[in-house]
Amino acid sequence: MQPIISIKGLSKTYAGGFRALKAIDLDIRRGEIFALLGPNGAGKTTLISIVCGIVNSTEGVVTADGHDIRRDFRAARAAIGLVPQELATDAFETVWATVRFSRGLFGKPADPAHLEKVLRSLSLWDRKDDKIMTLSGGMKRRVMIAKALSHEPTILFLDEPTAGVDVELRREMWAVVRSLRDTGVTIILTTHYIEEAEEMADRIGVIRGGELIVVEEKAALMRKLGRRQLTVHLAQPLALIPAGLAGYELTLADGGHDLVYAFDAQANDTGIAELLRRLGELGVGYRDLRTDQSSLEEIFVSLVRGAA
Amino acid sequence: MNRYAIAAIYRFELERTWRTIGQSIASPVIATALYFVVFGSAIGSRMTQIDGVSYGAFIVPGLMMLSILTESVSNASFGIYMPRYAGTIYELLSAPVSAAEIVIGYVGAAATKSLILGLIILATARVFIPFGILHPVWMLGFLVLTCIAFCLFGFVIGVWAESFERLNVIPMLVLTPLTFLGGSFYSVSMLPPFWRTVTLFNPVVYLVSGFRWSFYGISDVNVGVSLAGAVVFSLACLGAIVWILKTGYRLKA
Repeated sequence: MQPIISIKGLSKTYAGGFRALKAIDLDIRRGEIFALLGPNGAGKTTLISIVCGIVNSTEGVVTADGHDIRRDFRAARAAIGLVPQELATDAFETVWATVRFSRGLFGKPADPAHLEKVLRSLSLWDRKDDKIMTLSGGMKRRVMIAKALSHEPTILFLDEPTAGVDVELRREMWAVVRSLRDTGVTIILTTHYIEEAEEMADRIGVIRGGELIVVEEKAALMRKLGRRQLTVHLAQPLALIPAGLAGYELTLADGGHDLVYAFDAQANDTGIAELLRRLGELGVGYRDLRTDQSSLEEIFVSLVRGAA
Repeated sequence: MNRYAIAAIYRFELERTWRTIGQSIASPVIATALYFVVFGSAIGSRMTQIDGVSYGAFIVPGLMMLSILTESVSNASFGIYMPRYAGTIYELLSAPVSAAEIVIGYVGAAATKSLILGLIILATARVFIPFGILHPVWMLGFLVLTCIAFCLFGFVIGVWAESFERLNVIPMLVLTPLTFLGGSFYSVSMLPPFWRTVTLFNPVVYLVSGFRWSFYGISDVNVGVSLAGAVVFSLACLGAIVWILKTGYRLKA
């Protein structure tokens, strides 16, 4: 199936010379929830801003729903809804006026029934005639989501949707995102909460220093999460892994003092008992055993530090 | 053409005007009324006629211009500066709208407001001073053209300004002095020859003079030059806006 968003060789160098994005290639599949993870300043917002037309790219080609975002900007942008990270609202306007404005701005004829549906789904209907300045922070964020959904986009960008939002509202937001996905909307969200990506995403991309270093199914990342390590602290350091242990996934660490065995904790037979017996047969003595589990957080941290 | 977007912007901007109707309309009207009381009635009664027109009537076109110029620039600049300041500009930049649609929406709404303001001032003036309008169609034409020209100019200022202070610099430090020195309250022919020559470098002179011609058929300068000047100024501002929206100057990184 043709990707709903296709990004090829996308680079961005800001006027000051800062290279925010370095030749990004990324395809977003129709109907998925894609989480873009990365530390602050990694380029998440720049990437989103270019696709949405807020920032000019330096190089590269982007298509949204099959339309080039520059050449065919009307069709591309009409398909996209954006909820930016910063809370920016028209403080003096009513909720109703601001969503009606958004719908018109994106080229759609008035449709009060649709706007009512959107506002109801975000629990904003009761406040529709209130000025935005009278709403709480969480409600303002929902107003921004309502604006983005007012023109019935097929692609929704959520830039840090739950930053600075309390736990309850975060859960509520997740529920909203899921129900949107059920209606066929493709969702791209950026976050630096691992928990959020784990909870929501079908696929996860990790961006660091303007480079996309990993794009993987969440399930595959979860399998990495399910991997554990057995560290065997040896009595005598080894220079090489003995030939008799060739069948195992082993590495030497700490100058040969540690033998590290990676295994799948979810497998029926982890292979540990067999490995230890083989070590005994080969006369390799050991002093201590330790097992570790790498969390998605650790995978993420090691990825963004460049260790992996 | 995204006509829904034009309608949305136009409506949104005019609603902002209705919300602030007091400061939008009342303050310029009160200021103009004060000018008429002081200049028209108090001082004007001791002044001789200028080119066969009473002093009170003579200053009407200039006073309208004074308000329209400053109000057009501040309205139109505020309209685009506010979303930049509040951060809501993201929506406009990410919307499927062209430069033309943005200009028609924002400048159209600001010019509409200026036009209404001009007509209210005209009516207010009529309460204080009797006068007729010799070329009503030309008068309206000049009025509309001026509103559009200076709202376009205001839009440029609103994109250029980086602070509220800068937003006020042009109306306060440039337009008001130019209008006061642009023959609003006197005929250029009353000046000594040297200053008359200097005055002819002030573009507002042509605007006020042309506008006054539509009222009374008298003019300090050639009306054709006035009209051409206003058109050229509008086109220059329009060119600047198209460039701004194409390159994203001060709007896009």
